[in-house]
Amino acid sequence: MVIVAARELKDRESVLVGVGLPNLAANLAKKLQAPNLLLVYESGAVGSNPSRMPLSIGDPCLVSGAKSVCSMYEQFAYYLQGGRIDVGFLGGAQIDKYGNINSTIIGKYKAPKVRLPGSGGACDIASNVKRIIVITPHEKRRFVEKVDFLTSPGFIEGKDGWRKLKLQGGGPYAVITNLCTFKFDEMTGEMTVTALHEGITMEQVQENTPWNVKVAEEIVTTPPPTEKEITTLRALDPDKIYLR
Amino acid sequence: MDSSKSMTMKEAVSKFVQDGDTVYLAGFTHMIPFAAGHEIIRQKKNDLVLARATPDIIYDQMIAAGCAKRLIFSYAGNPGVGSLRCFRRAHEKGIPKPLEIEEYTHFGLSGRLFAGATNMPFLPMRTNLGSDLPAQNSLMKVVTDPYSGDEVSVVPPLKPDIAVVHVQRADVNGNCHIWGIIGEQKDAAFAAKKVIISAEEIVDESVIRSDPNRTLVPDFVSHAVVHEPWCAHPSYVQGYYDRDNEFYVKWDEVTKDHENTTKYIDEWVHGVETRSEYLSKLSTSKVDGLRPKDAYSSPVNYGSV
Repeated sequence: MVIVAARELKDRESVLVGVGLPNLAANLAKKLQAPNLLLVYESGAVGSNPSRMPLSIGDPCLVSGAKSVCSMYEQFAYYLQGGRIDVGFLGGAQIDKYGNINSTIIGKYKAPKVRLPGSGGACDIASNVKRIIVITPHEKRRFVEKVDFLTSPGFIEGKDGWRKLKLQGGGPYAVITNLCTFKFDEMTGEMTVTALHEGITMEQVQENTPWNVKVAEEIVTTPPPTEKEITTLRALDPDKIYLR
Repeated sequence: MDSSKSMTMKEAVSKFVQDGDTVYLAGFTHMIPFAAGHEIIRQKKNDLVLARATPDIIYDQMIAAGCAKRLIFSYAGNPGVGSLRCFRRAHEKGIPKPLEIEEYTHFGLSGRLFAGATNMPFLPMRTNLGSDLPAQNSLMKVVTDPYSGDEVSVVPPLKPDIAVVHVQRADVNGNCHIWGIIGEQKDAAFAAKKVIISAEEIVDESVIRSDPNRTLVPDFVSHAVVHEPWCAHPSYVQGYYDRDNEFYVKWDEVTKDHENTTKYIDEWVHGVETRSEYLSKLSTSKVDGLRPKDAYSSPVNYGSV
Protein backbone atom coordinates (compact mmCIF):
# COMPACT_ATOMS: atom_id res chain seq x y z
CA MET A 1 0.00 0.00 0.00
CA VAL A 2 2.82 2.37 0.95
CA ILE A 3 4.69 1.75 -2.31
CA VAL A 4 1.55 2.22 -4.42
CA ALA A 5 0.77 5.46 -2.55
CA ALA A 6 4.35 6.73 -2.99
CA ARG A 7 4.05 6.30 -6.77
CA GLU A 8 1.15 8.79 -6.77
CA LEU A 9 3.42 11.64 -5.60
CA LYS A 10 5.22 13.79 -8.15
CA ASP A 11 8.45 15.75 -7.83
CA ARG A 12 8.07 19.37 -6.59
CA GLU A 13 4.59 18.75 -5.23
CA SER A 14 3.67 19.72 -1.68
CA VAL A 15 2.15 17.05 0.52
CA LEU A 16 0.50 17.31 3.91
CA VAL A 17 1.67 14.27 5.81
CA GLY A 18 0.38 12.44 8.86
CA VAL A 19 2.33 9.94 10.96
CA GLY A 20 2.48 6.26 10.09
CA LEU A 21 1.94 4.98 6.57
CA PRO A 22 1.49 8.39 4.86
CA ASN A 23 4.80 9.54 6.33
CA LEU A 24 6.50 6.42 4.97
CA ALA A 25 4.90 6.88 1.54
CA ALA A 26 5.96 10.54 1.31
CA ASN A 27 9.53 9.85 2.45
CA LEU A 28 9.79 6.91 0.04
CA ALA A 29 8.67 9.08 -2.87
CA LYS A 30 11.23 11.72 -1.82
CA LYS A 31 14.02 9.11 -1.98
CA LEU A 32 12.88 7.85 -5.39
CA GLN A 33 11.02 9.82 -8.07
CA ALA A 34 10.30 13.00 -6.09
CA PRO A 35 13.51 14.32 -4.45
CA ASN A 36 12.04 17.84 -4.24
CA LEU A 37 8.75 16.77 -2.66
CA LEU A 38 7.81 19.36 -0.01
CA LEU A 39 6.77 17.63 3.23
CA VAL A 40 4.37 19.75 5.26
CA TYR A 41 3.04 18.71 8.67
CA GLU A 42 -0.07 19.91 10.55
CA SER A 43 2.17 20.99 13.39
CA GLY A 44 3.58 23.82 11.27
CA ALA A 45 6.79 22.19 10.03
CA VAL A 46 7.38 22.91 6.33
CA GLY A 47 10.01 21.24 4.16
CA SER A 48 11.04 18.70 6.81
CA ASN A 49 13.90 16.27 6.33
CA PRO A 50 13.20 13.80 9.15
CA SER A 51 16.31 11.97 10.38
CA ARG A 52 14.23 9.23 12.05
CA MET A 53 10.67 7.91 11.89
CA PRO A 54 8.68 10.74 13.52
CA LEU A 55 6.80 9.57 16.63
CA SER A 56 4.06 12.13 16.11
CA ILE A 57 3.30 14.95 13.68
CA GLY A 58 4.95 17.29 16.19
CA ASP A 59 8.23 15.38 16.47
CA PRO A 60 11.41 17.49 16.98
CA CYS A 61 13.02 15.70 14.00
CA LEU A 62 10.51 17.48 11.74
CA VAL A 63 11.83 20.83 12.96
CA SER A 64 15.61 20.32 12.88
CA GLY A 65 16.71 21.05 9.32
CA ALA A 66 13.23 22.09 8.08
CA LYS A 67 12.73 24.97 5.64
CA SER A 68 10.29 26.76 7.92
CA VAL A 69 8.29 26.36 11.09
CA CYS A 70 5.13 28.39 11.55
CA SER A 71 2.27 28.47 14.02
CA MET A 72 -0.67 26.14 13.78
CA TYR A 73 -3.02 28.90 12.64
CA GLU A 74 -0.52 30.06 10.01
CA GLN A 75 -0.10 26.49 8.78
CA PHE A 76 -3.83 26.12 8.16
CA ALA A 77 -4.34 29.69 6.91
CA TYR A 78 -1.27 30.43 4.74
CA TYR A 79 -0.54 26.95 3.44
CA LEU A 80 -3.78 24.95 3.43
CA GLN A 81 -6.46 27.61 2.95
CA GLY A 82 -3.94 29.55 0.87
CA GLY A 83 -4.25 26.73 -1.67
CA ARG A 84 -0.56 25.79 -1.51
CA ILE A 85 -0.94 22.07 -0.75
CA ASP A 86 -1.24 19.59 -3.62
CA VAL A 87 -1.78 16.30 -1.83
CA GLY A 88 -3.23 15.41 1.56
CA PHE A 89 -3.29 11.97 3.12
CA LEU A 90 -6.30 11.02 5.19
CA GLY A 91 -7.34 7.95 7.13
CA GLY A 92 -10.34 7.06 9.21
CA ALA A 93 -12.48 4.38 10.76
CA GLN A 94 -15.06 4.43 7.95
CA ILE A 95 -15.21 5.50 4.31
CA ASP A 96 -18.15 5.36 1.89
CA LYS A 97 -18.29 5.09 -1.90
CA TYR A 98 -18.09 8.86 -2.38
CA GLY A 99 -14.95 9.09 -0.27
CA ASN A 100 -16.62 10.67 2.76
CA ILE A 101 -14.60 9.82 5.86
CA ASN A 102 -15.54 9.26 9.50
CA SER A 103 -12.88 9.72 12.15
CA THR A 104 -15.19 11.02 14.90
CA ILE A 105 -17.56 8.42 16.27
CA ILE A 106 -18.96 4.91 15.83
CA GLY A 107 -22.64 4.98 16.77
CA LYS A 108 -24.53 8.19 17.47
CA TYR A 109 -22.76 11.45 18.35
CA LYS A 110 -24.66 11.89 21.61
CA ALA A 111 -24.49 8.17 22.50
CA PRO A 112 -21.18 6.92 21.08
CA LYS A 113 -20.32 3.24 20.84
CA VAL A 114 -16.72 4.21 20.24
CA ARG A 115 -15.45 7.75 20.55
CA LEU A 116 -12.62 8.30 18.04
CA PRO A 117 -10.13 11.22 18.22
CA GLY A 118 -12.12 13.47 15.86
CA SER A 119 -11.22 15.66 12.89
CA GLY A 120 -7.96 17.25 13.90
CA GLY A 121 -7.01 18.81 10.58
CA ALA A 122 -8.73 16.14 8.47
CA CYS A 123 -11.85 18.12 7.49
CA ASP A 124 -9.68 21.19 6.76
CA ILE A 125 -7.37 19.09 4.57
CA ALA A 126 -10.28 17.41 2.76
CA SER A 127 -11.79 20.82 1.98
CA ASN A 128 -8.62 22.44 0.63
CA VAL A 129 -6.03 20.13 -1.00
CA LYS A 130 -6.00 19.40 -4.71
CA ARG A 131 -5.88 15.60 -4.28
CA ILE A 132 -6.89 13.51 -1.27
CA ILE A 133 -5.26 10.09 -0.99
CA VAL A 134 -6.51 7.52 1.51
CA ILE A 135 -4.44 4.49 2.55
CA THR A 136 -6.57 1.90 4.34
CA PRO A 137 -6.80 -1.84 5.00
CA HIS A 138 -9.63 -3.28 2.89
CA GLU A 139 -12.08 -4.43 5.55
CA LYS A 140 -15.89 -4.60 5.60
CA ARG A 141 -16.11 -2.61 8.83
CA ARG A 142 -14.17 0.25 7.20
CA PHE A 143 -15.94 0.35 3.83
CA VAL A 144 -19.57 1.20 4.61
CA GLU A 145 -22.72 2.21 2.71
CA LYS A 146 -23.07 5.30 4.88
CA VAL A 147 -20.59 6.68 7.40
CA ASP A 148 -21.92 6.99 10.99
CA PHE A 149 -20.58 10.55 11.07
CA LEU A 150 -19.27 12.60 8.17
CA THR A 151 -16.08 14.14 9.54
CA SER A 152 -14.29 15.00 6.29
CA PRO A 153 -16.20 15.63 3.09
CA GLY A 154 -15.57 13.49 0.03
CA PHE A 155 -18.02 13.91 -2.84
CA ILE A 156 -20.95 13.88 -0.31
CA GLU A 157 -23.78 12.07 -2.21
CA GLY A 158 -22.23 12.55 -5.62
CA LYS A 159 -20.46 15.31 -7.49
CA ASP A 160 -23.50 17.57 -7.89
CA GLY A 161 -23.97 18.02 -4.15
CA TRP A 162 -20.22 18.47 -3.71
CA ARG A 163 -20.07 21.24 -6.34
CA LYS A 164 -22.72 23.21 -4.46
CA LEU A 165 -20.41 23.41 -1.44
CA LYS A 166 -17.85 25.27 -3.60
CA LEU A 167 -14.91 23.80 -1.72
CA GLN A 168 -11.62 24.95 -3.20
CA GLY A 169 -10.08 21.47 -2.97
CA GLY A 170 -10.23 18.84 -5.71
CA GLY A 171 -11.80 16.17 -3.50
CA PRO A 172 -10.89 12.50 -3.13
CA TYR A 173 -8.39 11.23 -5.71
CA ALA A 174 -7.36 7.71 -4.75
CA VAL A 175 -8.10 5.06 -2.13
CA ILE A 176 -5.29 2.55 -1.85
CA THR A 177 -5.98 -0.71 -0.06
CA ASN A 178 -4.17 -4.02 0.36
CA LEU A 179 -6.33 -5.39 -2.49
CA CYS A 180 -6.67 -2.65 -5.07
CA THR A 181 -6.55 1.01 -6.05
CA PHE A 182 -9.77 3.00 -6.39
CA LYS A 183 -10.00 6.31 -8.22
CA PHE A 184 -13.17 8.40 -8.47
CA ASP A 185 -15.52 8.61 -11.45
CA GLU A 186 -15.23 12.03 -13.04
CA MET A 187 -18.96 12.39 -13.64
CA THR A 188 -20.52 10.81 -10.57
CA GLY A 189 -17.71 10.97 -7.99
CA GLU A 190 -18.12 7.28 -7.18
CA MET A 191 -15.19 5.14 -6.05
CA THR A 192 -14.08 2.97 -8.99
CA VAL A 193 -11.53 0.13 -9.10
CA THR A 194 -8.77 1.06 -11.54
CA ALA A 195 -6.07 -1.43 -10.53
CA LEU A 196 -5.96 -4.80 -8.81
CA HIS A 197 -2.81 -5.76 -6.91
CA GLU A 198 -0.98 -8.86 -8.16
CA GLY A 199 -2.90 -12.09 -7.50
CA ILE A 200 -6.08 -10.30 -6.33
CA THR A 201 -9.42 -10.91 -8.06
CA MET A 202 -12.46 -8.61 -8.40
CA GLU A 203 -14.42 -11.20 -6.39
CA GLN A 204 -12.12 -10.63 -3.41
CA VAL A 205 -12.61 -6.86 -3.66
CA GLN A 206 -16.40 -7.25 -3.90
CA GLU A 207 -16.48 -9.66 -0.93
CA ASN A 208 -14.88 -7.01 1.26
CA THR A 209 -16.95 -4.06 0.04
CA PRO A 210 -20.63 -3.81 1.06
CA TRP A 211 -21.88 -2.00 -2.04
CA ASN A 212 -21.90 -3.06 -5.68
CA VAL A 213 -18.36 -2.08 -6.63
CA LYS A 214 -17.88 -0.03 -9.78
CA VAL A 215 -15.06 -1.13 -12.08
CA ALA A 216 -13.24 1.06 -14.59
CA GLU A 217 -13.45 0.19 -18.29
CA GLU A 218 -9.73 -0.39 -18.38
CA ILE A 219 -8.42 -2.17 -15.34
CA VAL A 220 -4.74 -2.91 -14.83
CA THR A 221 -2.65 -5.05 -12.53
CA THR A 222 -0.60 -2.94 -10.11
CA PRO A 223 3.05 -3.28 -11.17
CA PRO A 224 4.77 -5.32 -8.42
CA PRO A 225 7.19 -3.51 -6.07
CA THR A 226 10.68 -3.16 -7.50
CA GLU A 227 13.78 -4.27 -5.62
CA LYS A 228 14.72 -0.60 -5.20
CA GLU A 229 11.32 0.35 -3.77
CA ILE A 230 11.49 -2.48 -1.24
CA THR A 231 15.04 -1.83 -0.03
CA THR A 232 14.47 1.95 0.19
CA LEU A 233 11.25 1.45 2.15
CA ARG A 234 12.86 -1.03 4.59
CA ALA A 235 15.67 1.45 5.25
CA LEU A 236 13.12 4.12 6.18
CA ASP A 237 11.67 1.97 8.96
CA PRO A 238 14.67 0.04 10.31
CA ASP A 239 12.97 -0.70 13.65
CA LYS A 240 9.95 -2.08 11.80
CA ILE A 241 7.55 0.25 13.61
CA TYR A 242 5.12 0.23 10.71
CA LEU A 243 6.34 -2.56 8.43
CA ARG A 244 6.14 -6.19 9.32
CA MET B 1 12.92 44.20 41.33
CA ASP B 2 9.44 45.72 41.47
CA SER B 3 8.24 44.65 38.07
CA SER B 4 9.34 41.03 38.53
CA LYS B 5 6.52 38.58 38.00
CA SER B 6 8.60 35.64 39.24
CA MET B 7 6.75 33.13 41.34
CA THR B 8 6.47 29.40 41.86
CA MET B 9 3.98 27.31 39.90
CA LYS B 10 2.11 26.80 43.16
CA GLU B 11 1.75 30.56 43.66
CA ALA B 12 0.86 31.21 40.01
CA VAL B 13 -1.89 28.57 39.89
CA SER B 14 -3.26 29.63 43.26
CA LYS B 15 -3.32 33.29 42.23
CA PHE B 16 -4.60 32.99 38.65
CA VAL B 17 -6.66 29.81 38.26
CA GLN B 18 -10.19 29.89 39.72
CA ASP B 19 -12.82 27.14 39.80
CA GLY B 20 -14.98 27.37 36.69
CA ASP B 21 -12.32 29.12 34.58
CA THR B 22 -11.70 28.42 30.91
CA VAL B 23 -8.10 27.22 30.88
CA TYR B 24 -5.81 26.88 27.86
CA LEU B 25 -2.57 24.95 28.46
CA ALA B 26 -0.88 25.63 25.13
CA GLY B 27 1.53 23.56 23.04
CA PHE B 28 0.98 21.39 19.98
CA THR B 29 2.79 18.15 20.92
CA HIS B 30 5.73 20.39 21.89
CA MET B 31 6.21 22.14 25.29
CA ILE B 32 2.97 21.02 26.88
CA PRO B 33 3.00 22.55 30.40
CA PHE B 34 2.50 19.34 32.37
CA ALA B 35 3.83 20.97 35.56
CA ALA B 36 0.97 23.51 35.44
CA GLY B 37 -1.61 20.77 34.89
CA HIS B 38 -0.23 18.78 37.82
CA GLU B 39 -0.33 21.85 40.08
CA ILE B 40 -3.97 22.49 39.07
CA ILE B 41 -4.74 18.88 40.04
CA ARG B 42 -2.89 19.25 43.38
CA GLN B 43 -4.86 22.40 44.19
CA LYS B 44 -8.09 20.50 43.38
CA LYS B 45 -9.45 23.15 41.01
CA ASN B 46 -12.78 22.06 39.56
CA ASP B 47 -15.55 22.79 37.08
CA LEU B 48 -12.86 23.94 34.64
CA VAL B 49 -13.52 24.34 30.94
CA LEU B 50 -10.40 22.79 29.45
CA ALA B 51 -9.51 24.02 25.97
CA ARG B 52 -6.71 22.59 23.80
CA ALA B 53 -6.53 21.55 20.15
CA THR B 54 -5.04 18.24 21.26
CA PRO B 55 -6.07 17.44 24.86
CA ASP B 56 -3.11 15.03 24.99
CA ILE B 57 -2.13 13.19 28.18
CA ILE B 58 -2.20 16.34 30.30
CA TYR B 59 -5.96 16.88 29.93
CA ASP B 60 -6.51 13.11 30.19
CA GLN B 61 -4.91 13.36 33.64
CA MET B 62 -6.89 16.47 34.64
CA ILE B 63 -10.13 14.84 33.47
CA ALA B 64 -9.33 11.67 35.47
CA ALA B 65 -8.60 13.86 38.51
CA GLY B 66 -12.09 15.39 38.24
CA CYS B 67 -10.99 18.98 37.40
CA ALA B 68 -13.03 19.33 34.19
CA LYS B 69 -16.68 19.88 33.37
CA ARG B 70 -16.25 20.65 29.67
CA LEU B 71 -13.65 19.99 26.98
CA ILE B 72 -13.09 22.23 23.95
CA PHE B 73 -10.90 20.37 21.45
CA SER B 74 -10.20 19.30 17.88
CA TYR B 75 -8.24 16.04 18.18
CA ALA B 76 -8.70 13.87 21.27
CA GLY B 77 -6.16 11.11 20.72
CA ASN B 78 -2.92 9.96 22.33
CA PRO B 79 -0.66 11.23 19.52
CA GLY B 80 1.05 8.40 17.69
CA VAL B 81 -0.40 5.85 20.16
CA GLY B 82 -4.22 5.69 20.13
CA SER B 83 -7.08 6.71 22.42
CA LEU B 84 -7.23 9.02 25.42
CA ARG B 85 -8.94 6.57 27.75
CA CYS B 86 -9.77 8.96 30.63
CA PHE B 87 -11.42 11.40 28.21
CA ARG B 88 -13.43 8.54 26.75
CA ARG B 89 -14.40 7.18 30.18
CA ALA B 90 -15.67 10.58 31.30
CA HIS B 91 -17.48 11.33 28.05
CA GLU B 92 -18.92 7.85 27.44
CA LYS B 93 -19.57 6.70 31.04
CA GLY B 94 -19.39 9.77 33.27
CA ILE B 95 -16.36 8.46 35.25
CA PRO B 96 -15.26 10.17 37.50
CA LYS B 97 -17.81 12.79 36.39
CA PRO B 98 -19.68 13.65 33.19
CA LEU B 99 -17.77 15.64 30.59
CA GLU B 100 -19.45 17.94 28.07
CA ILE B 101 -17.67 18.35 24.76
CA GLU B 102 -17.36 21.18 22.26
CA GLU B 103 -15.62 20.02 19.13
CA TYR B 104 -13.92 21.76 16.17
CA THR B 105 -11.44 21.03 13.42
CA HIS B 106 -7.83 22.11 14.02
CA PHE B 107 -8.34 25.11 11.76
CA GLY B 108 -11.59 25.92 13.56
CA LEU B 109 -10.05 25.86 17.03
CA SER B 110 -6.82 27.65 16.12
CA GLY B 111 -9.00 30.17 14.25
CA ARG B 112 -11.07 30.71 17.39
CA LEU B 113 -7.89 31.58 19.29
CA PHE B 114 -6.66 33.85 16.48
CA ALA B 115 -10.03 35.66 16.53
CA GLY B 116 -9.78 35.93 20.33
CA ALA B 117 -6.21 37.24 20.17
CA THR B 118 -7.06 39.88 17.56
CA ASN B 119 -10.47 40.74 19.04
CA MET B 120 -12.39 39.89 15.88
CA PRO B 121 -16.18 39.45 16.12
CA PHE B 122 -15.87 36.08 14.31
CA LEU B 123 -13.60 34.44 11.75
CA PRO B 124 -14.66 33.08 8.33
CA MET B 125 -12.89 29.98 7.05
CA ARG B 126 -12.93 27.53 4.15
CA THR B 127 -13.79 24.36 6.02
CA ASN B 128 -16.65 22.70 7.97
CA LEU B 129 -19.14 22.89 5.04
CA GLY B 130 -20.29 19.37 4.16
CA SER B 131 -19.09 17.97 7.50
CA ASP B 132 -21.48 16.76 10.22
CA LEU B 133 -19.51 18.74 12.84
CA PRO B 134 -21.45 22.03 12.66
CA ALA B 135 -24.73 20.20 13.35
CA GLN B 136 -23.29 19.14 16.73
CA ASN B 137 -21.87 22.50 17.74
CA SER B 138 -24.18 25.51 17.71
CA LEU B 139 -21.22 27.90 17.95
CA MET B 140 -20.18 27.00 14.40
CA LYS B 141 -22.38 29.03 12.10
CA VAL B 142 -22.79 29.73 8.41
CA VAL B 143 -23.13 33.28 7.08
CA THR B 144 -23.44 34.75 3.59
CA ASP B 145 -20.21 36.20 2.25
CA PRO B 146 -21.24 39.84 1.53
CA TYR B 147 -18.88 39.96 -1.50
CA SER B 148 -19.52 36.71 -3.38
CA GLY B 149 -22.90 35.77 -1.94
CA ASP B 150 -21.58 32.27 -1.15
CA GLU B 151 -22.11 30.46 2.14
CA VAL B 152 -19.14 30.62 4.47
CA SER B 153 -18.43 28.90 7.78
CA VAL B 154 -17.58 31.11 10.77
CA VAL B 155 -16.31 30.49 14.30
CA PRO B 156 -16.51 32.83 17.32
CA PRO B 157 -13.46 34.14 19.20
CA LEU B 158 -12.13 32.11 22.13
CA LYS B 159 -10.86 34.14 25.08
CA PRO B 160 -9.67 31.83 27.82
CA ASP B 161 -9.57 33.16 31.40
CA ILE B 162 -6.06 31.83 31.74
CA ALA B 163 -3.40 30.52 29.37
CA VAL B 164 -0.20 28.76 30.36
CA VAL B 165 2.61 28.91 27.83
CA HIS B 166 5.90 27.10 28.30
CA VAL B 167 9.00 28.49 26.57
CA GLN B 168 12.73 27.81 26.34
CA ARG B 169 13.75 31.09 27.96
CA ALA B 170 12.19 34.16 29.55
CA ASP B 171 13.27 37.12 31.64
CA VAL B 172 11.73 37.82 35.06
CA ASN B 173 9.22 40.23 33.54
CA GLY B 174 7.85 37.74 31.04
CA ASN B 175 9.54 38.67 27.77
CA CYS B 176 10.13 35.27 26.26
CA HIS B 177 11.81 33.38 23.44
CA ILE B 178 10.48 30.27 21.81
CA TRP B 179 11.65 28.06 18.95
CA GLY B 180 10.63 24.76 17.40
CA ILE B 181 6.95 24.00 16.89
CA ILE B 182 5.11 27.08 18.10
CA GLY B 183 1.63 25.61 17.78
CA GLU B 184 -1.04 27.92 19.17
CA GLN B 185 1.18 29.45 21.89
CA LYS B 186 1.14 33.02 20.63
CA ASP B 187 -2.57 33.05 19.84
CA ALA B 188 -3.41 31.50 23.23
CA ALA B 189 -1.30 34.09 25.08
CA PHE B 190 -2.80 37.07 23.25
CA ALA B 191 -6.35 35.65 23.50
CA ALA B 192 -6.27 34.94 27.24
CA LYS B 193 -7.18 37.39 30.01
CA LYS B 194 -4.25 36.21 32.16
CA VAL B 195 -1.03 34.50 31.05
CA ILE B 196 1.40 32.37 33.00
CA ILE B 197 4.77 31.97 31.29
CA SER B 198 6.86 29.04 32.45
CA ALA B 199 10.42 28.71 31.22
CA GLU B 200 13.23 26.17 31.07
CA GLU B 201 15.68 29.01 31.76
CA ILE B 202 15.43 32.51 33.19
CA VAL B 203 17.75 34.88 31.33
CA ASP B 204 18.66 38.54 31.48
CA GLU B 205 16.45 40.94 29.52
CA SER B 206 19.47 41.69 27.29
CA VAL B 207 19.38 38.11 25.98
CA ILE B 208 15.79 38.61 24.81
CA ARG B 209 16.62 42.04 23.35
CA SER B 210 19.56 40.51 21.43
CA ASP B 211 17.09 38.62 19.22
CA PRO B 212 13.66 40.28 19.29
CA ASN B 213 12.38 38.37 16.24
CA ARG B 214 12.38 35.24 18.39
CA THR B 215 10.11 36.76 21.05
CA LEU B 216 6.76 35.01 21.47
CA VAL B 217 5.16 37.64 23.71
CA PRO B 218 6.56 40.77 25.31
CA ASP B 219 6.27 41.31 29.05
CA PHE B 220 3.11 43.41 29.09
CA VAL B 221 1.13 40.41 27.85
CA SER B 222 2.28 38.11 30.67
CA HIS B 223 1.18 38.10 34.31
CA ALA B 224 3.42 35.52 35.95
CA VAL B 225 6.81 34.00 35.22
CA VAL B 226 7.68 30.58 36.58
CA HIS B 227 11.15 29.06 36.33
CA GLU B 228 10.18 25.44 35.74
CA PRO B 229 12.84 23.20 34.14
CA TRP B 230 11.40 19.96 32.67
CA CYS B 231 7.90 21.47 32.91
CA ALA B 232 6.91 19.72 29.69
CA HIS B 233 7.91 16.11 30.44
CA PRO B 234 6.70 13.64 29.06
CA SER B 235 6.27 15.98 26.05
CA TYR B 236 9.43 17.70 24.82
CA VAL B 237 11.26 20.98 24.53
CA GLN B 238 13.22 21.58 21.32
CA GLY B 239 16.94 21.57 22.11
CA TYR B 240 16.42 20.63 25.79
CA TYR B 241 14.80 17.20 25.99
CA ASP B 242 13.08 14.76 23.65
CA ARG B 243 9.57 13.37 23.97
CA ASP B 244 9.40 10.45 26.44
CA ASN B 245 7.66 8.18 23.98
CA GLU B 246 7.84 5.22 26.37
CA PHE B 247 5.62 7.20 28.72
CA TYR B 248 3.09 7.96 25.98
CA VAL B 249 2.88 4.24 25.17
CA LYS B 250 2.76 3.30 28.86
CA TRP B 251 -0.10 5.78 29.53
CA ASP B 252 -2.34 3.59 27.38
CA GLU B 253 -1.69 0.73 29.84
CA VAL B 254 -1.87 2.89 33.01
CA THR B 255 -5.32 4.22 32.06
CA LYS B 256 -7.00 0.89 31.23
CA ASP B 257 -9.18 1.46 34.31
CA HIS B 258 -9.96 4.45 36.53
CA GLU B 259 -8.47 2.92 39.71
CA ASN B 260 -5.10 2.35 38.13
CA THR B 261 -5.12 5.90 36.72
CA THR B 262 -5.88 7.27 40.19
CA LYS B 263 -2.95 5.31 41.59
CA TYR B 264 -0.66 6.98 39.06
CA ILE B 265 -2.01 10.44 39.88
CA ASP B 266 -1.65 9.78 43.63
CA GLU B 267 1.97 8.76 43.19
CA TRP B 268 3.24 11.17 40.51
CA VAL B 269 1.06 14.25 41.07
CA HIS B 270 -0.18 14.32 44.69
CA GLY B 271 2.90 12.37 45.79
CA VAL B 272 5.26 15.21 44.89
CA GLU B 273 5.07 18.88 45.84
CA THR B 274 7.01 20.49 43.03
CA ARG B 275 8.34 19.83 39.55
CA SER B 276 11.87 19.42 40.89
CA GLU B 277 10.61 16.64 43.20
CA TYR B 278 8.94 15.02 40.18
CA LEU B 279 12.19 15.29 38.27
CA SER B 280 14.22 13.62 41.05
CA LYS B 281 11.64 10.83 41.06
CA LEU B 282 12.35 10.09 37.37
CA SER B 283 15.45 7.91 37.02
CA THR B 284 18.69 9.63 36.08
CA SER B 285 19.13 7.30 33.14
CA LYS B 286 15.66 8.28 31.87
CA VAL B 287 16.43 11.98 32.17
CA ASP B 288 19.88 11.70 30.58
CA GLY B 289 18.55 9.50 27.80
CA LEU B 290 16.14 12.24 26.69
CA ARG B 291 18.77 14.94 26.18
CA PRO B 292 19.35 15.65 22.47
CA LYS B 293 22.65 16.42 20.77
CA ASP B 294 23.35 20.11 20.14
CA ALA B 295 22.40 21.68 16.80
CA TYR B 296 22.87 25.47 16.81
CA SER B 297 21.43 27.86 14.23
CA SER B 298 23.68 30.33 12.42
CA PRO B 299 23.74 33.66 14.28
CA VAL B 300 22.11 36.68 12.63
CA ASN B 301 23.54 40.19 12.58
CA TYR B 302 21.08 42.84 13.80
CA GLY B 303 23.61 45.63 13.28
CA SER B 304 24.16 48.57 15.60
CA VAL B 305 24.68 52.33 15.25
